Amino acid sequence: MTLERKTRLIGLYLFLGFIACIFVLPIIFMVMSSFKPDLQLLSDSSSMRAFLPVGEIGLDNYRDAFRRAPVGLFIFNSVFITATTLGLSLFLASIAAFSFVFIEWRGKTVVLAIIIATYILPFETVAVPLLLLVNNLPWLSTEGVTWGWLNSYQVQIVPWIIRALEIFLFVQYFRDLPRDLVESARVEGASWFQVYRRVVMPLSGPVIATVAILKFLEMYNNQFIWPIMVVQEEGLRPIMVGLLYFFQLNTAWGEIMAYLTIITVPVLAFYLVLQRAFIASIASTGVKG
Amino acid sequence: MASRLTQQNRAGWLMAGPAFLLIAVFLIIPFFMAIGFSFTNQRLVSPNPTEWVGTANYERLFGLAVLTLEAERDEDGAVRTKDGEPVFPSLRSYTRNKDDHPEFYRKREWFSFGRGEDRRTFVLATDVVFLKAVRNTLFFVIVVAPLQAAAALGLALLINRKVRGINIFRTIYFMPVVISMVVVSMLWRFIYDGQNGLLNTVLDLLTFGWFEPVDWLGQTSTALPSIMAMSIWQGVGFHMIIWLSGLQTIPASLYEAARIEGASRWQTFRYVTWPGLRNTAILVMIIITMQAFTLYPQIAVMTGGGPLDSTQSIVFQMVERGYGRQDISGGSTISVFLFLFVLSISLLQRWLTREK
Repeated sequence: MTLERKTRLIGLYLFLGFIACIFVLPIIFMVMSSFKPDLQLLSDSSSMRAFLPVGEIGLDNYRDAFRRAPVGLFIFNSVFITATTLGLSLFLASIAAFSFVFIEWRGKTVVLAIIIATYILPFETVAVPLLLLVNNLPWLSTEGVTWGWLNSYQVQIVPWIIRALEIFLFVQYFRDLPRDLVESARVEGASWFQVYRRVVMPLSGPVIATVAILKFLEMYNNQFIWPIMVVQEEGLRPIMVGLLYFFQLNTAWGEIMAYLTIITVPVLAFYLVLQRAFIASIASTGVKG
Repeated sequence: MASRLTQQNRAGWLMAGPAFLLIAVFLIIPFFMAIGFSFTNQRLVSPNPTEWVGTANYERLFGLAVLTLEAERDEDGAVRTKDGEPVFPSLRSYTRNKDDHPEFYRKREWFSFGRGEDRRTFVLATDVVFLKAVRNTLFFVIVVAPLQAAAALGLALLINRKVRGINIFRTIYFMPVVISMVVVSMLWRFIYDGQNGLLNTVLDLLTFGWFEPVDWLGQTSTALPSIMAMSIWQGVGFHMIIWLSGLQTIPASLYEAARIEGASRWQTFRYVTWPGLRNTAILVMIIITMQAFTLYPQIAVMTGGGPLDSTQSIVFQMVERGYGRQDISGGSTISVFLFLFVLSISLLQRWLTREK
């Protein structure tokens, strides 16, 4: 390697590292601050000590955060809502896409076109009328038929199950599968549902991972505007809305950083372990868009 | 054969039906409800029956009037001034006088500009806060979309090379994308803080103490730009990945040919890379624009629309009315406007970036 090449390479790494600092330092600051008492947190922020685990390090902020708000309950709510929506979404989106790709039925081109067209309809543009709609929907429970979905789990789950993107991703993937597999299974007498379950789904690992990751991020990270509108009952709120508990007159930054760390670190860990799948899932939203 | 077809019809509808039903009930029907409600006075709960009000909701949102006033003069005919500024007749005599000036009735001053020494034009609006929200959102989109797309392309080009450890940098640049915007907004409230903020500390260190601390979110001139910078920080990794997958579809043979022809780095980008990214560019711009138009959590967590309405956004106003004041018709009118806005911008972008 020539000297010139070497210097250029070092320059490149310095530049890459500088940009990496911009992305990673705020996150390091968040985690470090969650272990510091408020006074020290504030004084540390005027120097590079803000990014280091120095001084009085402890878990007091975590204890206080759990005292201030039902953090465990919020985590349970978010995990429950995310998992249920994710499961239903994977099932209903994939089986619908299966029907669009492999079965001939009257009206399917129109139905698929309508579904794809809703891609340009951001949720925000329907949130207000949907608020009125869910306030008047029936629900079957152990107490019989009840009216109005406000303050419930279903109001946070059912409207989010299906989006055009998920069906679209499955359709794209199924179109590239060899059709002979489906044909021969049908000739052997398998029902459509058996073909879906035994032949197509076992081959669909990559697209299932993609949809699962996108849905997970949407449900765990971005449930904010809708639950604020439809859930006033504390016990049913998800973690992002739980953050509102920490808006007090005297902002306790240590507790806030602890809460932010609790809700972020699992996602970050998940991302670092499965980063290839995460990045592939984002990339696939761009293919053939 | 006929029975086979009906059987296929039944199976097809049965399998696609639930998904279609959910999309119809929770996206398509509410969308048409929004259009319908925007012509009524629908409220979430009301003892009175809902009434058809025509275009009143739209007129209230977009009611504008322009009024040019002459400065007041004293007996000698000289312009009266106060603190060196000419004095104008009170706007209230126009906006509170239904009989003489119905076109100005109940409007408020949005902004004004002077025309010469003694005249000033006032732009009056029925709903000043909403118009400020539209202006801010548009400003946000116009700045963030190209900046974020360009920064993401820059990062994608930077990491699209084969040197050792490049994957580590890709992983780090993408990291903020998996963090919730709600979390990011809360974290950056501290970073932007005027007294203890990290950003002031870092700028102070980098300039060896020359930098005067700024209360980034506390003043009208820096609040919205600060939110823009943070939004780009959070989202740029997402679009970097989309650009990167676009870059990887460009065949290596084209680069090889460019190298043999002795093309410079810029020429290679201009004539090989950029033409190959055309479709990716359309997609990136549409995604960023749609995300930028629905600006909400940053505002709700960081500023609540302040200071002095300088960070109001369309969606923030929509929630404020539709949910906060339970004014379903008012919120729906804003929703319809937002949809038309998003639609026309994406059509415009498609047209601008069309194949020539």
